Amino acid sequence: MNWNSWSEFFSMGGYGFYVWGSYLVSVICIAGEIWLLSNRWRTLQKSLGQRVESTIREKKNEATS
Amino acid sequence: MSINWYKYASPASFYFLAGKMIWYFSIAAAVLLIAGLYIGFFVAPTDFQQGEAYRIIFIHVPVAWMSMFLYVVMAFWAGIGLAFNTRLSSMVATAIAPTGAMFTFLALWTGAWWGKPMWGAWWVWDARLTSELILLFLYIGFMSLQAAIDDPRRADKAGAIIALVGVVNIPIIYFSVQWWNTLHQGASVSITQSPKMATAMLAGMLIMSLAAWMYSIAMILKRTRAIILERERHTTWVAELKGTKR
Amino acid sequence: MKPRHKKIAIIAASVTALTISAILVLNVFQSNLVFFFSPSQVVAKEAPVGKSFRIGGLVEEGSLKRQGNSTTVSFAVTDTAEAIKVVYTGILPDLFKEGKGVVAQGKIANDGIFYADEVLAKHDENYMPPEAASALEQAAKAQKASLTQ
Repeated sequence: MNWNSWSEFFSMGGYGFYVWGSYLVSVICIAGEIWLLSNRWRTLQKSLGQRVESTIREKKNEATS
Repeated sequence: MSINWYKYASPASFYFLAGKMIWYFSIAAAVLLIAGLYIGFFVAPTDFQQGEAYRIIFIHVPVAWMSMFLYVVMAFWAGIGLAFNTRLSSMVATAIAPTGAMFTFLALWTGAWWGKPMWGAWWVWDARLTSELILLFLYIGFMSLQAAIDDPRRADKAGAIIALVGVVNIPIIYFSVQWWNTLHQGASVSITQSPKMATAMLAGMLIMSLAAWMYSIAMILKRTRAIILERERHTTWVAELKGTKR
Repeated sequence: MKPRHKKIAIIAASVTALTISAILVLNVFQSNLVFFFSPSQVVAKEAPVGKSFRIGGLVEEGSLKRQGNSTTVSFAVTDTAEAIKVVYTGILPDLFKEGKGVVAQGKIANDGIFYADEVLAKHDENYMPPEAASALEQAAKAQKASLTQ
C-alpha cells in the first residue's frame, strides 16, 4: 500500500493539484459524453415513438371512415 | 459452420446486434476502469524521478493511444464507405469522431497538467505536442464539415477525404519523438523494445488502455445506432420498431 | 440556413481550418522542428546567432552553482562532447538535477555564456520505483569499478 492516510492520498506527494486536475477533467469529459449521447438517444426515441403513433392513428382513421 | 458476415453489413441487422453488445462492452469498461485505477493508485509504486506526479500516466497514455488509434479506424471506415459506397461503414466513421476528439482533447489536457509540474511548462511547441494538436483540429474539421452538409451521403464523402488526408499525421505524432528533438520523452512501451517501466506500473497502464478500448467500442456502437435511426427513420424496419423497446 | 449560405459556410470553415493547420505545421517545421540544439551544434555555429533559441542536453555533474542567496544559478549543459555555460534567474523545475536532461531557452552573449530566460526539465521514458533505480545505479557503479581495476 502506498498511502498511510487519505490526506496523503489526496496530496499525491505535493502533486495533488496536477494529478487530480487531470483526472477530474477526464471524468467530466467522459461523463459528459455519456450524458450527451443518452440525451440524443432519448429524444430520438421520443420523436420516433410519436411519429409511429401518429401513423397508426391515421391508419385507424382511414379504416373507420 | 460459417457465419454470414454480410448480414451484419446492413444497418438494420447491425442495429440489433450492436444493441445487445453495448452492455457487455460497457460492463467490461467499468470493471477494467476500476481495476486499472486501483492498480494505478494503490499497487503501482512511486516513481524514482517523478514521485507521485507520474500517476497521470495511467490516464494520459491510454487516452493518447486511443486518440491516434481511433483516427486510423475512423479513416479506415470512412475510406471503405467512400470506395465501396457502403452506408454502414460511413456511419461508423461519423460515430467515431466525437469520441476520438474527446480523447485527443484529454491527451492534450492531461499532458499539460503533467508537463507543468515535471517539465516546468504547460505547453511547448515541440513536434509531439503540435502534431497532437493538429489531430484535434482534424477531428473537429471532420465533424464540422459533416455537420455543415445536409445530405448525409455527401457529408460522408467529404468527411472521408479529410479523414484520409489526415492519416499522414498519425505516423508523424508517433515517430515525432524519434525523428526530431522534442521535449516530450520517447516511448516507454513499443513493439520493438522491452517496456521501460516497472511491471505494476505497466499493468495499470495497459488495463486502463483496455478500459479505454471497451469504453470507445460501447460509445461508438451506441452512437452508430443513433445515427442509423436518424438516417433511416423513413424506412419500414424503423417503423416496425414500435413496441420493441430500444 | 439557405443551401447557398451553407455551402459558403462550409468552404469558409474548411479553408480556415486548413489555413490554421498549415500555419501551425509550417511554423513548427521551420523553427521548431529542431526544438533544441545540442552544445556541439552550438560550438559548430549551427545555432542561430543573436537570436533566441533552445539548448538541450544534460546538466553537467558538479557544475550547478547558486549565486549567493539569489535565485540566479549557473550550470553547464553538456552532450558529453561539448559543454556550454548557462546562467538563469528564476525557479527551476522540480526535475532539474545534475546529470539529468534539460532544455533552456535564451541567447548566447559575446562572452560565450548562454543567458536563459526559461529552463525546462526533460525527463526520460523510464519509470520504476526508487529501490529499483538505486539498485541499477549500484550495478552500474560496480561494473565501472570492475572495468577500471
